[in-house]
Amino acid sequence: MSSTASEASTYDLAVIGGGPGGLAAAATAAELGARVVLVDESPALGGQIWRQNRSRVVPAAQPWLARLEAAGVELRLGTTVWQATPPGNLHTSQGPIRARQTVLACGARELLLPFPGWTLPGVHGVGGLQALVHSGLEVRGRRVVLAGSGPLLLQVAASLTSHGAQVLRVAEQAPLSRLARFSLGLGPGKTWQAVTLANPRFRASSWPLEALGTERLEAVRLQRVGGSEILPCDLLAVGFGLTPNLELPRALGCRIEEGAVAVDEHQRSSVRGVFAVGEVCGIKGAPGALVDGLCAGASAGGTTIARPLLRKRDRQRRFGRLLTRTFSLREEIRQLARSETTLCRCEQVDYASVAAHPDWTSAKLASRCGMGLCQGRICGAATQALFGWGPHGVRPPLTPVPVGALFSHDIPPPPPASRESRS
Amino acid sequence: MTTDSERVEVLIDGTVLHVAANTSVAAAVLNHGGSASLPSRRSGWTPLCGMGVCWGCRLTIDGQANRRSCLIPVAAGMRIDTQPNGSEPEAP
Repeated sequence: MSSTASEASTYDLAVIGGGPGGLAAAATAAELGARVVLVDESPALGGQIWRQNRSRVVPAAQPWLARLEAAGVELRLGTTVWQATPPGNLHTSQGPIRARQTVLACGARELLLPFPGWTLPGVHGVGGLQALVHSGLEVRGRRVVLAGSGPLLLQVAASLTSHGAQVLRVAEQAPLSRLARFSLGLGPGKTWQAVTLANPRFRASSWPLEALGTERLEAVRLQRVGGSEILPCDLLAVGFGLTPNLELPRALGCRIEEGAVAVDEHQRSSVRGVFAVGEVCGIKGAPGALVDGLCAGASAGGTTIARPLLRKRDRQRRFGRLLTRTFSLREEIRQLARSETTLCRCEQVDYASVAAHPDWTSAKLASRCGMGLCQGRICGAATQALFGWGPHGVRPPLTPVPVGALFSHDIPPPPPASRESRS
Repeated sequence: MTTDSERVEVLIDGTVLHVAANTSVAAAVLNHGGSASLPSRRSGWTPLCGMGVCWGCRLTIDGQANRRSCLIPVAAGMRIDTQPNGSEPEAP
């Protein structure tokens, strides 16, 4: 490691996450004169929704990238934050970063729930498959089934089709009655309903029961109204909605409410100097994240938030709540795993070995569930959805990093436990 | 600026492959046949989340174990090695 990388320099603002919310916050604050550093684990800016690489340019992201550059925002890409203390002491895979304020824009991950066969090669997350296609996975001619819940299913189905894949089915667990209300709630001009009705492969009240195959995926069995269907396929994309990435907010001691970082009208969290924007403070989509970012950037930059922007943010928050209501999971989704179905993929722990315990901590100690490389990011979210377990405490390193990174600077003491209300 | 047609040479478990520049290592291995193509037949090698969360894509890259291959673009001369499932992270 070079000496410059390990020297701490003090910024006015550190933004963690380079998706729409993070970009908007960083640009806005920097344009107000703040010295800003933006940190992201990916090799390129854009986050998941605007994922870019050198051969994939997302038009919506370009104005923001230009503004970041013009305003002199410093970029630390390919950089993992493995611990943080308030307000902006970041410990990263590339050395420490110090800032007087932090904007958490660390986004969300997919909620992935166990069902028989979900560990077979060929089964991916919905967003996961999209990300892989954007980073070069070839899907031309491949037969794909998408199943689970949320607007991402249709979005990714359209994207896969444009990349030459043969989309056989889009199975949404939510009932048609709720989807219809959702479409109406969006108002005129929204395309969701049109997309749904135009897609002959779309089925409401349908969900994955079992992925079939020996060495890899060969078919999927789906529940549908009045029975089940088996569809031979090459790829199965599953996802049951999004869940905020709360490891860093928890490490900083931010108050969590209803499974998201609680923020006030300035996007301030409960911890002084720490803001949160986008999905991490409630799933609402990219337009909502942008508005959050503009608000946080203004607050962190020391100015007031314009009134029309506040109204826009309220609309986006309402949309977020509508999303949650529409795509809430039915009870059957929590009953898909069998006793022998793998629940913790890292440590290969089956459902029965975990379900036998009263809570997350005893399940971890007895079965090693949640103690593998992902540190419970997949199975912890799953047990929270399945059994109502959690929320879980965090301790550094938040993400496995090479041992050398830990000794590049002092390991901070763990923060006091955060007060949280159950979701 | 690289273009789609540009290809780089990488080694997957010693086999030379020419893959499109800008491809992530995970996508390159999947395009090559995924777990079925891995000489160790490492069962269950599956990049699940595609965004660095699940570690299902971990591989040894240029001698460093447990790299998240979905976050790392291919580079000319890169050595990609499969490793047994469930191993713990090691210092580079």
